[in-house]
Amino acid sequence: MSVAVSNADPPATVGPGRGGVVNDFSITVATVNGSGSQTANNTLLRAIHKMGVPVSGKNIFPSNIQGLPTWFTIRVNRDGFLARCDETRILVAMNRATIQEDVRTLEPGGICLYPGEEEPVARRDDVTYYPMPVNELVQQSGAETRLRPYVANMVYVGTLAYLLGIGLAEIEEALAYNLNGKEKAVALNLGVAKAAYQRAAAQMAKTDPFRVERMDKTEGTFLITGNSAAALGAVFGGVQFVGWYPITPATSIVDNLSEYLPELRCDGEGRATYSIVQTEDELAAIGMVVGAGWAGARSMTSTSGPGLSLMAEFAGYSYFAEIPAVIWDVQRMGPATGLPTRVAQGDLLAAYTLGHGDGRHVCLIPASIAECFEFGGSALDLAERLQTLVIVLSDLDLGTNLWPARPFEYPDKPLDRGKVLSAEDLTRLNGAWQRYADADGDGIGYRTLPGTGHPAAGYFTRGTGHDEAAAYSERPEVWAANLARLAKKHDHARSIVPGPVTELTAHAEVGLVSYGSNDLAVQEARALLEGTGVPTSYLRVRALPLEQSLVEFIGNHERVYVVENNLDGQMHQLVQLHAPAVAGRLVSIAKCDGLPLTATWISGSVLAHEAKEKA
Amino acid sequence: MTDVAKGSATANQPGLNRADYNGSKSTFCNGCGHNAIANVIVGAAYDLSLDMTRVAKFSGIGCSSKSPTYFLGRSHGINGLHGRMPSLATGATTVNSDLIAIGVSGDGDTGSIGLGQFKHLLRRNVDMVYIIMNNGVYGLTKGQLSATADLGQKLKHKGVNELPPLDLCLEAIMAGCGFVARSFAGDPRQLQELLKAAFSHRGTAVLNVISPCVSFNNGEGSTKSYSWGKEHDLPLHEINFLPMDHEEIRADYEPGTVREVELHDGSVIRLKKTGKEYDPTDRMGAVTLLEEERNGKVFTTGLLYVNEGRQAFAEHEMLVVTPLVKLPDEKLRPSKEALEKINAKYR
Ligand SMILES: Cc1ncc(C[n+]2csc(CCOP(=O)(O)OP(=O)(O)O)c2C)c(N)n1
Ligand code: SF4
Ligand SMILES: [Mg+2]
Repeated sequence: MSVAVSNADPPATVGPGRGGVVNDFSITVATVNGSGSQTANNTLLRAIHKMGVPVSGKNIFPSNIQGLPTWFTIRVNRDGFLARCDETRILVAMNRATIQEDVRTLEPGGICLYPGEEEPVARRDDVTYYPMPVNELVQQSGAETRLRPYVANMVYVGTLAYLLGIGLAEIEEALAYNLNGKEKAVALNLGVAKAAYQRAAAQMAKTDPFRVERMDKTEGTFLITGNSAAALGAVFGGVQFVGWYPITPATSIVDNLSEYLPELRCDGEGRATYSIVQTEDELAAIGMVVGAGWAGARSMTSTSGPGLSLMAEFAGYSYFAEIPAVIWDVQRMGPATGLPTRVAQGDLLAAYTLGHGDGRHVCLIPASIAECFEFGGSALDLAERLQTLVIVLSDLDLGTNLWPARPFEYPDKPLDRGKVLSAEDLTRLNGAWQRYADADGDGIGYRTLPGTGHPAAGYFTRGTGHDEAAAYSERPEVWAANLARLAKKHDHARSIVPGPVTELTAHAEVGLVSYGSNDLAVQEARALLEGTGVPTSYLRVRALPLEQSLVEFIGNHERVYVVENNLDGQMHQLVQLHAPAVAGRLVSIAKCDGLPLTATWISGSVLAHEAKEKA
Repeated sequence: MTDVAKGSATANQPGLNRADYNGSKSTFCNGCGHNAIANVIVGAAYDLSLDMTRVAKFSGIGCSSKSPTYFLGRSHGINGLHGRMPSLATGATTVNSDLIAIGVSGDGDTGSIGLGQFKHLLRRNVDMVYIIMNNGVYGLTKGQLSATADLGQKLKHKGVNELPPLDLCLEAIMAGCGFVARSFAGDPRQLQELLKAAFSHRGTAVLNVISPCVSFNNGEGSTKSYSWGKEHDLPLHEINFLPMDHEEIRADYEPGTVREVELHDGSVIRLKKTGKEYDPTDRMGAVTLLEEERNGKVFTTGLLYVNEGRQAFAEHEMLVVTPLVKLPDEKLRPSKEALEKINAKYR
């Protein structure tokens, strides 16, 4: 710390070629759970985003309220590659308990910020250390004792702002945003951040190359979680009934619904056009959703693995009795309680076949904020159109981390309420109708809702065998015909669910198939592979059942890697069944360790297999 | 005006015959108590001129839960999952407050697998009539002991029950239910009056009806048998239900022997005392009565507890007056401007 910088301007960049490492690195903030670092981390994220630089954040946190270690990784990338990355260049080591281990994970040439009062840190020759006077600045801030751990985090915000060149104006705006404009809180936190900034400017000699420089790449975009987008999608998709039971990481869908519905869906007297019921368990949640769906309401629940398991019997019931319902499954790591705060895509097969006996569910798999919003509404449309359960498979990474997004687009299609006969329709038909007859050749019958004021409207809904007129039947041919019609309906679903997104590269031998929150890592992996002379095409599955263009995609490539975040390669298995003629071309690239996939892992896995193939 | 009490007319208010309220032919065993109860539902609906196009029937799984197909054939009905009828009914009635909801369940369906949903339904006070066809046994799965089986009860293949029974009336009262009645399939007159009153109650009305299973639990000594019921049924009162628009004829009661309870819609239940001093609005009194008679293996029938004071679930929810399912789509999707505001907020 020899060179004192006298004014508060950000330091000139040092390092290779003066440009240094600009807008391309990742930061890991190691803290203790419950110490309030979320505000600090989201402030950094938003400030960098506001400087026009693509940025994302991943919260790697424990299943605990207070005390266990937690890590927040921020990736800054000028090219917009915002998947999690394996390498950490900047470490903010606020957690004494993990500091030794955290320092070990730094890339050579990395930097480590740490509370200076708390020497010793694990010293490495290839790392630059910046001690921060955390206790001193917190004490000077005059914060009440109870608030001190929180404002302590502002010391690293201010220090990083100085070292990386993040604008204080952006920090201030981001703080105001994250603290909901609460003036006192903003002033206190900003005071500490500024003090840290000035202290760094006065005493730190910057010897590292890392810098944030303004760009114009985030113009018109914002950061938001997938769960917020899902909730907004449901609000604008006309959701009427929500039954739910709390579970990480799905709870914030209902938190968001509870925030937006009262604002947007009440009449002048504050009376609601929707109902949200916190139930006694997930059996009741899905039961209420199915009951409300049967009565004609657009109904949904949100849950995660353990809750999904409990919903299995009603899932099969919804399929067989043909009642619209939507489950948002924000996947976390299972089996069992698993890692409740870590991500996985392990519910795919369970969701697709949820329940006993034959039966397949329509599943939607969003990969972006835009798709979370879109599927929030279209899942309700599809459920009513197909008179069946629709499961949306989001996950912890997409659902609860901040992702960049363009402004939401207002739905351009009216709500699809499906085939429902009104009293007038029944009068026109002289009361002649059959609930489960395939009148239109798409496998979907017409239904009536309870309370339809027509003497011929009533019919009996059951989970037992029934004929076209909904009467109880155990006749083999009636049973077989009914299941065949349900299978036909599922086939029809193939043509109306969101199709895959495909990016073809001319003459590419290698195809990649993936889905959901892997998207950013796959896109980045494609760039890495291209750089090593392996051009790829990419097909991203957005729904089950799978459809025909996937088969063609596989047929058009020598080798097709199915990339996913689970142990068994669950999508790989489904694709094999879907495209048996070309299944020999499929290779499973699957991994689950609780973390989002990274581009280097994907490209490395593909290259390793390619090498074997060529050897 | 039809003479409701006698039920003698051949056509009721909407000009329907009693047979119009039937369902399909029952497949219960001959003599099954459930049959008698289904018939009483038909009778009560006919007497009340219930609008079948507004009725929604709910049930779980069991012999008892099959009964909704055997009454009110013109109504919508849904036969759900074992023990999960309460959640289906909660969802449906919340989104359509116009429905007249009637649920049928068994003692296994309610007292074992569905006990949690039952208690939470009552805690919420969902507006519906909830009938338990209580035979102390699992009928449909052929005679296993249920949670309402008597202590010491012997079943042919299952041995002796060593566990104390749950009293579903007590469970209902403890969960906050505002209309708790017990009756006996062998006493259709009492049951029908209770049922009619239940339809006028706001919130959940529970009718726990002893309903002998002639195939698996009608033996000597079973409190759920016809013979036991005939000997040990102690009616608390004689019951008359007077619908709201009934022209009252009070003359045939001596003053002081009648207690009247006004229900939510203005209807009146008239309880004629049978000797015992009993106040059905006294919650602890009801609990004490049920506790005391547990050991004596008698069962008091009649209206055990009534409290019209609680709001029904849908009222708590502060919903628009129009049932949610009848709202036009325009009311369900906020405006484009609203979305633009949200976009601006996140920026
Ligand atoms: C989840 C589930 N478990 C078990 C069963 C099997 N089952 C069907 S009916 C029944 C018991 C019914 O007893 P109760 O509710 O008393 O009705 P009853 O037949 O006596 O009228 C059982 C255990 C089932 N249908 N579903
Ligand atoms: S088995 Fe028992 S409960 Fe079932 S129909 Fe026969 S008598 Fe009734
Ligand atoms: Mg039973």
